[in-house]
Amino acid sequence: MLSARPGNLVPMTDYTISATGLTKRYGSTQALAGIDLAARAGTVLGVLGPNGAGKTTAVRILATLIQADSGSASVDGFDIRGQAQQVRQRIGLTGQYASVDEDLTGTENLMLIGELLDLRRPAARSRAAELLAWFDLTGAADRQAKTYSGGMRRRLDLAASLVGRPSVIFLDEPTTGLDPAKREDMWDVVRSLVTDGSTVLLTTQYLEEAEALADDITVIDAGRVIANGTPDELKQVVGGQTLTVRPADPARLDDAGRILAAIAGARPESLRPGVISVPVAGDQALTSAVAEFAAAGISVTELSLHLPSLDEVFFTLTGQRGTAEEAA
Amino acid sequence: MTNTHTVSPPRRPTGLTVGSSQRDGGRQATGTAAGRAIRHSIALARRGLLKTWRTPEALIDVTVQPIIFLVLFVYLFGGAITGSTHDYLQFVLPGLLVQSILFGSVAIGVNLNTDITKGVFDRFRSLPIARSAPLIGAVLADVIRYVILSVVLLSAGTILGFRIHASPLSALAACLLAIGFALCLCWVSVFIGLVARTSGAVQGILFLTIFPLTFGSNVFVQTSTLPGWLQSFVRVNPATHLTSAVRGLMLGGPVAAPVLWTLLWMAGFLAVFFPLAVRRYRLRA
Repeated sequence: MLSARPGNLVPMTDYTISATGLTKRYGSTQALAGIDLAARAGTVLGVLGPNGAGKTTAVRILATLIQADSGSASVDGFDIRGQAQQVRQRIGLTGQYASVDEDLTGTENLMLIGELLDLRRPAARSRAAELLAWFDLTGAADRQAKTYSGGMRRRLDLAASLVGRPSVIFLDEPTTGLDPAKREDMWDVVRSLVTDGSTVLLTTQYLEEAEALADDITVIDAGRVIANGTPDELKQVVGGQTLTVRPADPARLDDAGRILAAIAGARPESLRPGVISVPVAGDQALTSAVAEFAAAGISVTELSLHLPSLDEVFFTLTGQRGTAEEAA
Repeated sequence: MTNTHTVSPPRRPTGLTVGSSQRDGGRQATGTAAGRAIRHSIALARRGLLKTWRTPEALIDVTVQPIIFLVLFVYLFGGAITGSTHDYLQFVLPGLLVQSILFGSVAIGVNLNTDITKGVFDRFRSLPIARSAPLIGAVLADVIRYVILSVVLLSAGTILGFRIHASPLSALAACLLAIGFALCLCWVSVFIGLVARTSGAVQGILFLTIFPLTFGSNVFVQTSTLPGWLQSFVRVNPATHLTSAVRGLMLGGPVAAPVLWTLLWMAGFLAVFFPLAVRRYRLRA
């Protein structure tokens, strides 16, 4: 969805976020070895990669926290190097670690940001109340952030990055460490930000998250882009879904294997004791499996359909097993 | 799947726009860059005051510690140095104010060092504010610590028998000069806080400088009792000038020269370490 946006007077490119050849070195570590990124207006760009791939460094450069050694980038039409203040007026940043002041209350945290964004105190106060309500923190508004749970801190942190109604939002691993239910909540927030016309750059270690939210995905590893495309294009490269089953009675493993082989047309593998997995093509596989197991009288304690793990993605893309662990 | 989560996604009140359509609602007329920087610094100073208010134990170095030093020095060394604890109290109290200011300046560097490793300063960096505002805010919030120090030390001294022999206005001037000196000296601590890798290192480096400055001065003894080589160090030491100025302003005596030297040192600290600190903060990744 493209929307006309005040402030974007001279669109330098069709992309709201656009980076070319960014490099950054810390001592002997080449954090970024020349990466290109591009996010269309009003979309989510997912930057997928393991720990240490350079995701956070890229976000910190684009959000003008640090400067790249070389390369160029623009955010909402402004150059990150020469027009950093204009960039800062348009962005919101939520870091990997919740960057709220633990000694201040929720309201005080948000009001401080509001005042630093030149809101008058009453306007800062009402904006804080509005955001706290939206993030379901009204009840904790007057408690110090150090009393918050991890999920509440994340929400407050995200609220803090939205005080200035940014048109571009950087979310650096916003769901790392959140339980699945809280993760879904965070996804809903991201979706509604995009519905409102914001452009989001989201970094993540989870293919599932990138697939759920991103319009485009850039996979990076060791400071380089190793793949780039829509989630569907990426899945075509790395393969479809995997169906995994754990029969309640281990003795029925072979029976279960025969059923899976019939459904998938491929021989199941056992990656863990008591569990078998098989790659499947369509969404029908899961429903067929449930029916077949019921008919055969096999009860299962685990039955899941999932995308390849990040490790498997990297294996497919780079041909090297274990990149994700080594880079951590 | 046995348990069904009924987690409601965050509900948005109708009319709330998160995106860009209301960007300028409620914004102040932005004013000059300097005006904005001052306003931002004050907002950040208020943050510092709130933090101090909520963690009063961080005030130990400007409350309990100076009182302990006062009692120790007066009753331990008073008799030996001047033959009377009362005379020594009169002599050493202005000096202890200076010593406590030097010791008290360590805290801001240590706090900034820990603060920056947390995420809050990342947030500040992503905002369209002057890079110096978070640092200036921290220093301004420190004023309250030095005001508390002055009140605590003078009150404790008065209880033990310290008497001001000059006009109240002159004594007030002594406190203001000491606080002003503290705010300029803070920038050394801020700079070290930004350069050193750990808060422990900040503390180590600063105490290493502060010990010779406080003890190699006229804080505890008359300069004339010292060997010549030490006298020449004592005479250029900023702690000496400030102590002489505070003593003169509280007890009577010549003040023009020590006040002037103190002001020069203050200007020097500010001129060298403020730009260094801001530059370092700008570059620090």
